[in-house]
Amino acid sequence: MIAGLAMLLAVLLALGLLTGAAGFGVPDATILWQLRLPRTALAALVGAGLGLSGAVLQGALRNPLADPGLLGIGGCASLGAVAAFYWGISAAFAPALPLAGLAGAALGSAALLAMAGRAPAGPSLILAGVALSALAAALLAMALALAPNPFALAEITFWLMGGLADRSLLHLALAAPPIALGCALLLRLGGRLDALALGEEVAASLGAPAGRTLLLAAVGVALVVGAGTAVAGGIGFVGLVVPHLLRPALGERPGAILAPSLLAGAALLLAADLLARSLPLLLPLSAEPPLGVLTALLGAPFLVRIARRMAA
Amino acid sequence: MIASGTIKLALPLVALAGRPVLRDIDVAFAPGQLAALIGPNGAGKTTLLRALAGLLPGTPPRDPKRLAYVPQGARSAWGMTVGQVAALGRIPHGDQREAPVARALAACGIVGLREARIDRISGGQARRAMLARAFATEPEMFLLDEPTADLDPAAAHAIMALLRDTARAGAGVVVVVHALDLARLYADRLLLLVDGRITADGPPDTVLPRAAAAFGLPWGIDPAPRLLPPGAAAPA
Repeated sequence: MIAGLAMLLAVLLALGLLTGAAGFGVPDATILWQLRLPRTALAALVGAGLGLSGAVLQGALRNPLADPGLLGIGGCASLGAVAAFYWGISAAFAPALPLAGLAGAALGSAALLAMAGRAPAGPSLILAGVALSALAAALLAMALALAPNPFALAEITFWLMGGLADRSLLHLALAAPPIALGCALLLRLGGRLDALALGEEVAASLGAPAGRTLLLAAVGVALVVGAGTAVAGGIGFVGLVVPHLLRPALGERPGAILAPSLLAGAALLLAADLLARSLPLLLPLSAEPPLGVLTALLGAPFLVRIARRMAA
Repeated sequence: MIASGTIKLALPLVALAGRPVLRDIDVAFAPGQLAALIGPNGAGKTTLLRALAGLLPGTPPRDPKRLAYVPQGARSAWGMTVGQVAALGRIPHGDQREAPVARALAACGIVGLREARIDRISGGQARRAMLARAFATEPEMFLLDEPTADLDPAAAHAIMALLRDTARAGAGVVVVVHALDLARLYADRLLLLVDGRITADGPPDTVLPRAAAAFGLPWGIDPAPRLLPPGAAAPA
């Protein structure tokens, strides 16, 4: 399964480097290095982080509907990035955008853990996350309503839809270290998540207390989702959908789907981004559909299917 | 000299949410014995077991390699296989050895269910899978909260017999039971809990007569209820 996913990922990476606005084929060096490589690598990195985050959060909260967006960390990263747009910092200093996104995610995670109390149990953490999401969404709406000029409004709105067009090597350099660090942390949580499957008391008696597991998961997800949102905008459903795609084939043990979720998340977002890039070549579209819109369009019907299967 | 594997607990007072739940607890549990905690609902049996497991604030932490705790009605959040659930018992050791898991499944009589999903088997089988998880740790002490609840008499007797044999083999077993007939038949030692205090502690024959008043039954309890040992024919 891992080997199959890795092969799929390799094929998609190659396709990602060969497909673009200039059509299909080996591009010249400038396009390859300045456009296709950052875009393809970012799609793989962000998707890997989102897929792994979804698998870890579902395991840590013992809830098949958990998703990085649920805890408000993505919303806070968006808010940080939008603040950089709002005050025009991102226009003056390009790295300000991803840095502000990371800062937003870090602040959001700190607020989340503070709101959930010292020993964050599952339900209180989810409630605090929902509250944080609502707060971030309200502040985002306020930023839109009070936007200094129509251009800022358009820029913010478009960025919120999520996408990887026109990202540079600088974006890649800024996002890669936190995502890699976060993934390394999250991949080590397999045993702790397995222990939690039988409840918090059993986990504690096995020497893996739930509070510490949730703290480690929150730190890892903040790094991965903060950096991912900062460079790619709001991309939903990948973290939610990927673990559900894998469970029928790999079983439901939480630790068994971590590494596969990382690979499958990367493959899924690469495929979605390839679709976004090739749609203008195939259909009479004036521009690419936003990546976040595409993942939501593909993810929403899938979520309905999961809900119906769970009810059965 | 205290035998290796003995666990001791001394707690003057345990309060949960401001309400005193345990008082004047000073007990020790030795290996090689099956001890049963009995008492009315709300007497503090589960709290005492959690305190023994080191799961209450202020209780001494226990080595997860040497002590296995199975809470009441433990369920799996995910549809893992019975084998995967049993293998969780190796987490404290940080290894993935097959032999202890295989031995645990065999001891609990569920080798054939290894690949079955825990959420697709009967309640009694799932109970055995949770026990197998504890057995896979190969601890010195088992703390089990109502392992026989909701089970039919045959399954309940089978599990109590398994626990008695485990104690005979050298491990310590502390078990919360509601069925006094099971406690009388299988336990070496009974502890009667009333309002958070241990009011009687000793062999079943000395403790059971005092249980009637504790349970507040107007008609009392037959101190020596007639039981059919497994395999015996019903009296004519």
